[in-house]
Amino acid sequence: MHYVFEPGFFSSGPVHTALAVGAVIAITSAVVGVFTVIRGQSFAGHSLADIATTGGSGAFLVGVNQFWGFLAFGAGAAAFMEMIGVQRRRGRDVATGVVLGAALGLAALFLYLGTQSSSTTGASFTILFGSIFVITSSTVPALIVSALLALATVVVLARVLLLSALSPDIAAARGVPVRAVGAAFLMALAVSVALSAVIIGAVLSTALLIGPAATALRLVKSPVKAVITAAGLGVLAVWIGVVLAYDSYYWPPAGRGWPVSFFVVTLVVAGYLLSGLRRRDNRVAPQHQNDPEHACSPA
Amino acid sequence: MFTGLMLNTWIAGTVVAVIAGVTGFFAVLRGSTFAAHAIPNGAFAGAAGATLLGFNPLAGLAVFSVAGALGIAGLSRRARNDVATALTLVLMLGVGALFVSWSTEYAQEAYSLLFGEVFGVSSDEVLPILILGAVSIAAIIVMFRPLLLSSALPEVAEARGISARRMELAFLLVMALATSMTVPVVGALLMFSLMIGPSAAARSVTARPVLAMTLAVVIALVTVWTGIVVSYESNWPLGFLVGVMGAFFFLAGRAYRSAAGRLKPRVA
Repeated sequence: MHYVFEPGFFSSGPVHTALAVGAVIAITSAVVGVFTVIRGQSFAGHSLADIATTGGSGAFLVGVNQFWGFLAFGAGAAAFMEMIGVQRRRGRDVATGVVLGAALGLAALFLYLGTQSSSTTGASFTILFGSIFVITSSTVPALIVSALLALATVVVLARVLLLSALSPDIAAARGVPVRAVGAAFLMALAVSVALSAVIIGAVLSTALLIGPAATALRLVKSPVKAVITAAGLGVLAVWIGVVLAYDSYYWPPAGRGWPVSFFVVTLVVAGYLLSGLRRRDNRVAPQHQNDPEHACSPA
Repeated sequence: MFTGLMLNTWIAGTVVAVIAGVTGFFAVLRGSTFAAHAIPNGAFAGAAGATLLGFNPLAGLAVFSVAGALGIAGLSRRARNDVATALTLVLMLGVGALFVSWSTEYAQEAYSLLFGEVFGVSSDEVLPILILGAVSIAAIIVMFRPLLLSSALPEVAEARGISARRMELAFLLVMALATSMTVPVVGALLMFSLMIGPSAAARSVTARPVLAMTLAVVIALVTVWTGIVVSYESNWPLGFLVGVMGAFFFLAGRAYRSAAGRLKPRVA
């Protein structure tokens, strides 16, 4: 035990917060992630995360908590993407890309202006790569409420989301407001990405969103089971990541701890690759199980 | 403005714009926008690692961007393209975060790799940039026709014996090559804006491939040159100007298309 959990692990306040908040966020990301993967919106998810960087650096500039910046810019960008054509499969990636490019430009400006005035270069690192051990307790309620809102949105819309992902035409014929549903989902996506940006950083929150979900969809067939599996895998990755990061304080080369994000990402990707081995055994199952379209083709 | 180090800046900026226009055209046509974002971004980790170990950052960029291209192509074989790209990207970024945390005085350097340091191009760097640029352009010219066919009509290309998978790999490798050269100049995050903005704008103006590609190069050049001048005067980061101008040109192209579309129906 001693070698796994370094002394002081269970009595440390920041660790408690990290484990609790990390679990909530991992579950939200994983649940939203399953729908993101099924709907083929990984790029939108990743872009919203990167755009949240802009919000984070803006918040740093005006001196409010990063989380509000992440949230405001994420939601704004989701609305903008929806407006310029994210709903059409064809122009979607380009629309996403253009919004992303503009937002990253702004991030560069904010970070430049921010470091100009206060000369703390460490801030850009925190915004980009997160820091689970420095979550201030005043943000915790806000984090949890936003997580629950995003979860509730997705759970309420679950059936409609699946239907409009698998067959937009049937959904429309049944009177589902496909576009409004898509917009609501994009909002939930923005919120969950802003959340995970706090713990593993804006640039890496894609890992928690896509990794557990993609792994779960490889392992089990039904959406409900996939959601549960993904949530479990996400929590597992975050918790093991926190433990390892805490231990790594005593590891070479620096003696000041490896970043949590590194462990979380490595675990998530390793899990995905391992799940590929299992899939190879029962490969008789048709390949296009989860593909709304023949999504393997490059176009 | 045109002396000494600034001359390096102009040369590097021009080469980068040409490459970004040419590769960006195919990235938009093929819908590989996500890959175009992932490869430069992930390559950043390579530069961080190389600096840590005391190698030339260019070597690290080259190794990681090629590894990224192979990773995306390899994983997409058995999974959805966007999932494969996302996971490859985050893995490389995670490693990057680790490298950055190991080194002590790296934060500023990380910032300049992510957002570019166009005024810091040294004379030693100009030659590799020129060579890598020429190689990427030559590669695109050599495979221009099969790549175009495979991008626009994958089934037809397949029937003619052009493997879509091999074309994808080749294209990703060219993108990796272009990336390792451009990241130190415009930064990992903004290389992407420079590839997508001008090309998307050009594509909404004309459907003819060569014309669209030329237009994309011209728009990219205008963006970079204006960016350099404004950035020189105001000291604001070039990345900001490139990102915003890319979006501006895209919206202008869309406005042009919808105006032209009202005059005559557009044939896809």
